[in-house]
Amino acid sequence: MIVFTLNGIGQRLDVDPTLRALDVLREHCGLTGPKEGCGTGECGACAIWMDGVTRLSCLTLAGQLHGRAVTTIEGLADSWDENEATDTTDQPPLHPVQTALAERGGVQCGYCTPGMTMVAAELLRREPNPDRAAIREAVSGNLCRCTGYHKIVDSIEDAAETMRKKR
Amino acid sequence: MPLFLPTDLSETLALLADHPEARIMAGGTDLLVRLRAAGRTPGTLVCLERVAELGRIEALETATGPAVRIGAAATITDLLRSDTVRQRLPLLHRAASAFAAPTVRNAATIGGNICTASPAADTLPALHVMNASVELASRRGARILPMPHFVTGPGRTALEPDEVLTGVVVPVPRIFTIHHFEKVGQRQAMAIAVVSLTAMLAVEDGRIRDARLAWGSVGPTIVRCPEAEAILRGSRLTLTALTEAARAARRAVAPISDVRATADYRRQVAGNLLLRLADLPGRKPGS
Ligand SMILES: Cc1cc2nc3c(=O)[nH]c(=O)nc-3n(C[C@H](O)[C@H](O)[C@H](O)COP(=O)(O)OP(=O)(O)OC[C@H]3O[C@@H](n4cnc5c(N)ncnc54)[C@H](O)[C@@H]3O)c2cc1C
Ligand code: FES
Ligand code: FES
Repeated sequence: MIVFTLNGIGQRLDVDPTLRALDVLREHCGLTGPKEGCGTGECGACAIWMDGVTRLSCLTLAGQLHGRAVTTIEGLADSWDENEATDTTDQPPLHPVQTALAERGGVQCGYCTPGMTMVAAELLRREPNPDRAAIREAVSGNLCRCTGYHKIVDSIEDAAETMRKKR
Repeated sequence: MPLFLPTDLSETLALLADHPEARIMAGGTDLLVRLRAAGRTPGTLVCLERVAELGRIEALETATGPAVRIGAAATITDLLRSDTVRQRLPLLHRAASAFAAPTVRNAATIGGNICTASPAADTLPALHVMNASVELASRRGARILPMPHFVTGPGRTALEPDEVLTGVVVPVPRIFTIHHFEKVGQRQAMAIAVVSLTAMLAVEDGRIRDARLAWGSVGPTIVRCPEAEAILRGSRLTLTALTEAARAARRAVAPISDVRATADYRRQVAGNLLLRLADLPGRKPGS
């Protein structure tokens, strides 16, 4: 039995622990945010957090989730405490990185976006004021075939500023 | 299939002894990619991620001087964030910063890098030039081997089936004034080395007192070149001396052609990378 929390909610899964975490999240837990781009660690589309640290779910086994707090893009907004106080609309709350990517043209087809967002949000938690070089380094394991990266880096810079103001 | 998550070393060794079919998994960044490429399911796995004593990085004093002991399950991210590694083993820190990308570094371990024994493994040249030794353990006992005796060929090591690599002990280099690592890849991030050079030089009053050189990706395993080191020892750090050493290096390497580069290109670059030592930042040309 694999026991862990997924976006804050307790889970008990009776699955083969050597299945990929990516498959278990998508197929058993119904969360299709983590994407499979390559399945070999090259693209970052499958990135999730395990205990707040970015992890490639295509190279993680289901059994490794046991005892962990797992966050996917579906639960990222809730990890940003400021949302509770400011959420006054019917829209589901977004993490500042999500908002910035949407507003600054950091999303085109969107396939890379969940992984990119998880990686960027981890960076901003550790390092509230990164320079562009640090941002580029942080997302260097995330491939995007659409945007050319500049707008993604711009978006993350914007999100950092928003988060610094709210903190 | 079972996935064991032992939390201490004795439990790990017992699992390996009792399950001869089991494979060790650390970060899984080599193992899971390899199994998938071969279309195989993982089978029984013993995962090292929760064995706390394998994750530690500590400075220690040995009979021969200061050293750093790095637990086999320390990740590349752990190496990058360790002040001990940054201050005492700058070459290993450089190798870690050129390694893949943060997503992979968060899982990939130094032990997995050593046991995969790839000629392109980025931490290996640094461990070689610093004369590191590996610590191995099984329920039968523990042993220590110098790096070159452990990694015996491409993908081949002296690891016994019931053994686990527990750590690597790296003597802190003391007389060396230049610590240089350069990796040539096909792009900047996430690139496997096409050729890499790791060099430590002890330069005193303009003369090279000692030189240690190692190349990655230009032979079945890490390539050392005692001849090039001997040429540099005693001479000044000039383009002339480096050119002569580069010639020796090009003779010593045994590269192959693959999807990333031809053997000829690798041979040429293996020498050229040495020439770079003449104009490292902070050095006056010809001094
Ligand atoms: C996208 C991508 C990019 C990469 N880029 C680089 C790069 O730039 N440079 C580089 O050097 N490598 C790179 N690699 C390769 C890989 O990440 C490294 O070799 C890594 O260090 C392997 O460590 P691991 O913990 O993931 O090993 P695992 O995959 O867990 O294990 C690898 C092998 O070692 C054995 N093993 C692991 N730990 C132990 C132990 N303590 N005792 C005994 N046996 C053990 C396992 O049984 C297995 O056979 C890359 C891989 C990917 C997927
Ligand atoms: S799907 Fe995991 S890194 Fe590409
Ligand atoms: S937006 Fe299409 S891959 Fe990044």
